[in-house]
Amino acid sequence: MSSPAANCPNCGAPVKFLWSSAVQTTCEFCHSILVRTDVDLKKVGEVADLPTDASPIQIGTEGAYQNKNFVVVGRIIYEYEQGGWNEWHIVFNDGSSGWLADAQLEYDLSWLSKPPQPLPPNTRKGQAFEWQGKNYQVTSLTKAHYKGVQGELPFEYWDKSDLLFADLRTIGGDFATIDYSEKPPLLFLGRAVEFDDLHLKNLREFEGWT
Amino acid sequence: MPAVQAKSISCPNCGGSVQLRGFAHTLSVVCQQCLSVLDATTPEVEILQKFQGKTQIKPTIPLGTRGKIGGTQYEVIGFQVRQVADGEDTYSWDEYLLFNPYKGFRYLTEYNGHWNFVQVLTAMPVPTRARGKPAIHFNSKLYLAFDSMTARTVYVLGEFPWRVQTGDPVACQDFVAPPSMLSSESTGGEVTWSSAEYMTGAQIWQAFKLPGSPPPVYGIFANQPSPYGGSIGSSWRTWLWLNVALAALVFFFMIFSPGRVAFSDHYAYSQNIKSDSAFVTPTFQLDGRESNVELNIHTDLDNNWAYFNFALINDQTGQTFDFGREVSYYHDSDGSEGSRNNSVIVPGVPSGQYYLRVEPEMEIGSPFMRYDLELRRNVPNYGFFGLAALLLLIPPALTTFRRGSFEAARWRESDYAPSIHGGDD
Repeated sequence: MSSPAANCPNCGAPVKFLWSSAVQTTCEFCHSILVRTDVDLKKVGEVADLPTDASPIQIGTEGAYQNKNFVVVGRIIYEYEQGGWNEWHIVFNDGSSGWLADAQLEYDLSWLSKPPQPLPPNTRKGQAFEWQGKNYQVTSLTKAHYKGVQGELPFEYWDKSDLLFADLRTIGGDFATIDYSEKPPLLFLGRAVEFDDLHLKNLREFEGWT
Repeated sequence: MPAVQAKSISCPNCGGSVQLRGFAHTLSVVCQQCLSVLDATTPEVEILQKFQGKTQIKPTIPLGTRGKIGGTQYEVIGFQVRQVADGEDTYSWDEYLLFNPYKGFRYLTEYNGHWNFVQVLTAMPVPTRARGKPAIHFNSKLYLAFDSMTARTVYVLGEFPWRVQTGDPVACQDFVAPPSMLSSESTGGEVTWSSAEYMTGAQIWQAFKLPGSPPPVYGIFANQPSPYGGSIGSSWRTWLWLNVALAALVFFFMIFSPGRVAFSDHYAYSQNIKSDSAFVTPTFQLDGRESNVELNIHTDLDNNWAYFNFALINDQTGQTFDFGREVSYYHDSDGSEGSRNNSVIVPGVPSGQYYLRVEPEMEIGSPFMRYDLELRRNVPNYGFFGLAALLLLIPPALTTFRRGSFEAARWRESDYAPSIHGGDD
């Protein structure tokens, strides 16, 4: 799955891709945000120091969901008034990619989906939607700040500031997010998952816990 | 990557060192020396709340204690006392925050010795109605509305992954399907659902390896499983199967052990014949071990009665079994009473040569009566089966009664107590 290494246009360090379809990555050494062009890598920005977080997941964490293996290749870090959360970009062994959200150790898996009807430009708590035969309800609206990126992403994502997310849930544990940072808004559909459902390996370790 | 380090901060109010057990998840922490609530996310450590009361409350499970629930190890990192001031009565419960760096956060609640292990739900239950009250169908269980209240956090210790503060009201609602409970908490338009599983103090003490014994239990808790709950269906099921077995046994005896006919004959009796009505039958053989005999009487009585004196007499030893039977049969346009037939079972008759002495009696002026006598050896006593069926009824009936009392006691504590709403179960 990995493709030949390139060099960071900023510091010259080798930049390796775990996912051949990655559009953007960060340099491990100088934290430059690098975007792939047809010929080389272009520096588009720099990541400030990443906030300390206590997610057990890291780039390189492997897992499996419904018998499909995946590896964590990148993340977007957000912060809001009740803390921060990670959107881990995961790549399955069939080349498809999805998102594993870790918000204070509550985990959600989701995939970019095409809404059957255009999404409304705004929403409110309690608003109901029906997608794929399931009844979703907006359970929270979160105003978040973009705090940084790390690793490989399926799109360019770096010059963000304040964002609005609507989280939706169903009675059966389905999960959806409407991301209002894009126009038109993006829809991600997925499921709430338990830590054990993900069969994660290569996790971070915590002092005092084995 | 090196292990994530636990860190500690120093309290800007009293200068004491405050250890953080929840790593970077902790947003607010209470200084254990001065009880100030601190913001753990900023390097300068802001004081969120300085004073929360004079009395130090000691949690039953100390902060930092680790225990295993459902195969996962959790550490107690936070403690809250949550209070409901409900006009006339005020009560409070303890709430422990549990943490595992991989599995996340859980809660333990304790009220009057009743414990619940609580997890925030990722699904969103939708209330409907059932049995005349609000209810939720969730994970193929029916949760019935139990009560709703406004709770305030009145005391905090330890650390929390949110900005904890005492005093803010939270609207809570509980739905029960013992031993489970679904609860909603709403603040500022945001609703959080959680699911709880009832645990006993003994289970908690074992899970956390705590010294001494758990606090005593008072009353019945909303989602406390009924000690008769699981067994009520099964006790009636058992009863049903035992009855089926009993019926099969009766059927078996009817087919294979109807008793062997030792003697039978036809007779007639007229009360008008002024001779001694008593007579004896020819002798017959009763075989086998000591056992019962059944004497069946079939008459043609019509709106009349007859009384039979019998003696079963051993021809060799002279041992006599005396017994009597009345046969009466009356009928009119409204229906009938009695039967033309009757029978007697004589238990414990040894084998040997026997004869019967028979003495019928009837009212003076009665018409002529024809009757048959039939003596069977070794018949099953169906009365025992009836008695057995009655005895079998006792355990499930008792269980049902006890369960009913338990459920009545549970729902007396509910907003939906039968005395208020009526008609509910």
